[in-house]
Amino acid sequence: MIRVELPAHLRNLAQVGREVQVDVEGQATLRAVLDTLEARYPMLRGTIRDHVTQQRRPFLRFFACEEDLSHESPDDPLPDAVTSGKEPLVILGAIAGG
Amino acid sequence: MSGVRVLVGTRKGAFILTSDGKREKWDVSGPHFAGWEMYHLKGSPADPNRIYASQTSGWFGQVIQRSDDGGKTWHQPGTPPGAPAPTSPEDMPKGNSNKFVYDTSAETGNPLTTHQWYDGTQHPWEFKRVWHIEPSLADPDTVYAGIEDAGLFRSTDGGENWKELSGLRGHGTGPKWQPGAGGLCLHTIILDPTDPKRIYIAISAAGAFRTDDGGKSWKPINQGLRSQYIPDPKAEVGHCVHHVAMHPSRPGVLFMQKHWDVMRSDNAGDLWTEVSGNLPTDFGFVIDIHAHEPETIYVVPIKSDGEHFPPEGKLRVYRSRSGGNEWEALTKGLPQSNCYVNVLRDAMAVDSLDKCGVYFGTTGGQVYASADAGDSWNPIVRDLPAVLSVEVQTLK
Repeated sequence: MIRVELPAHLRNLAQVGREVQVDVEGQATLRAVLDTLEARYPMLRGTIRDHVTQQRRPFLRFFACEEDLSHESPDDPLPDAVTSGKEPLVILGAIAGG
Repeated sequence: MSGVRVLVGTRKGAFILTSDGKREKWDVSGPHFAGWEMYHLKGSPADPNRIYASQTSGWFGQVIQRSDDGGKTWHQPGTPPGAPAPTSPEDMPKGNSNKFVYDTSAETGNPLTTHQWYDGTQHPWEFKRVWHIEPSLADPDTVYAGIEDAGLFRSTDGGENWKELSGLRGHGTGPKWQPGAGGLCLHTIILDPTDPKRIYIAISAAGAFRTDDGGKSWKPINQGLRSQYIPDPKAEVGHCVHHVAMHPSRPGVLFMQKHWDVMRSDNAGDLWTEVSGNLPTDFGFVIDIHAHEPETIYVVPIKSDGEHFPPEGKLRVYRSRSGGNEWEALTKGLPQSNCYVNVLRDAMAVDSLDKCGVYFGTTGGQVYASADAGDSWNPIVRDLPAVLSVEVQTLK
């Protein structure tokens, strides 16, 4: 079980609370978590990653265990603390005015 | 009992304003999609309870929303909220309603991969947002979307899936299009009520275009436009058209607010003539037409492209009852001092009651309404976020 924290606007879009929990089959990578998340909440497709390129949207970041995973390969294994459910994978919107 | 529903898109959410046919007392509902940029909302002429909305964000990209009950509830087409969990992959909602993918197939006739960038170099087409949604006149499930970077898409399944009408970008001038200050946006879509195969669109800063075969082939319709800010002021494309309006009873007559100049065409855009006449300035964004008088048109003059506010700090709608050239200022109920708001290109609309109602929204968050064709105005609301778009549904 992997815990995923969503930014407020995406929580509203998916009609979920601050944190959702997903079960990933096979190795838990960022790509696998996002694939599972989008399959369960298809309204989030295209809002975290580009529909076609699957690239992270520029103003979103991926944090876990006080580390910025945004520039890591999406196919790298996630930290053990995330895969064990001890720590959440945080999807964070950039702070900006307006 | 007739009534009016005003659909307002703002920088931080959507609002729905409703009134009975008297248009004196208004209910305000919203914000819907709070915090998101709501570029445009528009109802289906074939089913007024069907409303489409463009919800966008610099963080989270594009979302399309749809209401089937007049704006009370909303969902992303294809992903209804509260739907039972799918039992098989085939049942899984697809989540494609915000998927706008440019057609790069050979059928376009060109490798449609680039357009002109600000510095003159070629730049890849990149989907950014939906500026304008235009539901079909006859089918609630058919809807067009004008996007940035400029392209025209169509859905025939209620917004669940979108396909580009790539003949527009592919007709030949696409690589010459370049963005205006607001981006390379396709902001105007006009469907001809007498000819389902004829569609007009407009792009900043490329110009106006027309198809007569349902979107397969397109041609620029910019003859007569003069734009001093491009190397050849009479070029085939490159004109910063801000908005175009058509009266449904005369689909061959078009009125245009260009960057500078108010124009009209009496031959479906084949040739334009200037009708700015005695306007205090012919820069502006909106233009619209009286519901019952096709020669009565409205604009809101803005001082200049460098100063996006009304001249002299006076918010004035100008009305021409002669199809242009002769204009009168409409000021009753509008601020006539210290007013420095703008009125953006999709932020004016009319209802079809008698007398015709006229509505517009400002970047200061006011939505003004006139229930007497512009003779007098009142604010429905004063303090919304900056208004991006205003559309009106006349309810029977």
